Amino acid sequence: MLEITGLGHSYGDHHVLRDVNLTVAEKELVTIVGPSGCGKSTLLRCIAGLIAPTAGSVVLNGTAIDGVPDGLAVVFQDYSRSLMPWLTVRDNVALPLRRRGLGKGERRAEALRALRSVGLEDAAAKYPWQLSGGMQQRVSIARALAYRPSLLLMDEPFGSVDAQTREDLEDLVLRFHRDEGMTILLVTHDIDESVYLGDRVVVLARDPGRIRKELTVTLPPDRDQIATRADPAFVRLRAEVGRLVRGGAADGGAADGGPADHLASE
Amino acid sequence: MAMLFLASEILGRAGVVDRSYLPPASSITARALELFGDPVFLHGVRVTLTAWALGLLIATAVAVPLGLLLGSVPAVNTAVQAIIEFLRPIPSVALIPLAGLLLGSGLEMEVPLIVYAASWPILFNTMYGLKDVDPVAKETLRSFGFGRGQVLLRVSLRSAAPFIATGVRIAAGVALILAVGTEILSGFGEGLGMFIAQAGAAPDGNLDVLAGTVWAGCIGLIIDTVLVQGENRMFRWHKALRSGAS
Repeated sequence: MLEITGLGHSYGDHHVLRDVNLTVAEKELVTIVGPSGCGKSTLLRCIAGLIAPTAGSVVLNGTAIDGVPDGLAVVFQDYSRSLMPWLTVRDNVALPLRRRGLGKGERRAEALRALRSVGLEDAAAKYPWQLSGGMQQRVSIARALAYRPSLLLMDEPFGSVDAQTREDLEDLVLRFHRDEGMTILLVTHDIDESVYLGDRVVVLARDPGRIRKELTVTLPPDRDQIATRADPAFVRLRAEVGRLVRGGAADGGAADGGPADHLASE
Repeated sequence: MAMLFLASEILGRAGVVDRSYLPPASSITARALELFGDPVFLHGVRVTLTAWALGLLIATAVAVPLGLLLGSVPAVNTAVQAIIEFLRPIPSVALIPLAGLLLGSGLEMEVPLIVYAASWPILFNTMYGLKDVDPVAKETLRSFGFGRGQVLLRVSLRSAAPFIATGVRIAAGVALILAVGTEILSGFGEGLGMFIAQAGAAPDGNLDVLAGTVWAGCIGLIIDTVLVQGENRMFRWHKALRSGAS
């Protein structure tokens, strides 16, 4: 459904991304992981049509992206800035549904349904700033879900919440991916998270940002925070991803493969 | 405030200054209350407030869209910058005689002056508010496929609204100064300023001048209080974010 061919982005002489080729199939959950400064967010913004890449093309559902494509939703890391503080939680979730041409009543009903599915129906009349960080991010996930996008992009969505909340939200995303068959592309800097969530992990290298390797996650689709993370296949995969990410980071400086090698031998 | 009241009272009663020159505060207050029942005076206040309200309304209707345009289209901003820099330093009170020559007297002359003077704070606050809009909020709506106009309306304008409201409140004060000032300086017509000017010209008018001034001050205070209350009520989110951030 999503085909990225020869994608590149540069500011003057500085190449943020070079020759990125990636295909995402319908109902797939692909995670993109890489060291900081590898252009993960830039890649996501190119796909979302928020910035125009300087080279290559992005094709979504057979249409080349030029500007923001239809049927797309983005969940940003910065939930507090992404939600409108002057709107109630319900109205925040209902806002994008205007693009769907729904009436006011329908928009509100859809918003409440989405809030119920993330366990926040009681907060519908509150304002985002009256909620905790984890709850706010749930609201922005509900907003994306209510919109029923054909592709959901998530830009380090759990980077600003505590560990427990993070695990809850990870499972929430997995549930929607499984139940609704939603196609998701999720950017993270967390190696464990990329393996735990992904059907496939794309590891980026930096300077310039490019794809180092794609790994298919061989874990069963039903995942569990405790059991999956203890699975030997998970441990092996996260070690390999870790080695690739660190290897990418070492490209520009001294080689330091020690910790990754250690993990790989486990 | 109380100290001033007391000082004026003592000075007046003790005969340190001539009573007809600076009447004691209690006499001024009594006269001000008396004026509240005076139909001629009340008519004057109504005339002034009409000019004030009309001027402020038109200024808002002109300055907010203009501020949105200047704040969101850099090319227009650059083009208009020179005109603004030329016009802005002109004290609007200095335009009163010119406006009198060109526009005569009454509302036709008062309202354009008020509009001119009151537009500046609204214009600048709108532009400043637009600079403060969170780019993530704009990107969020853009990513859902909303166009430029929709993002301007649904994010930028809403986000800048508290700044615009503050601009309107400042402009309300400016508009009142201009409304009363124009009447005082233009020398004919009617209104609260006219009442003060005529009392000033009368041989025994000091009490009326002061009582009228008290009313002008009270009106300004009431307007400001009402607008502050309105802002607090409408922009609870803005206050919550500001206090949360600090």
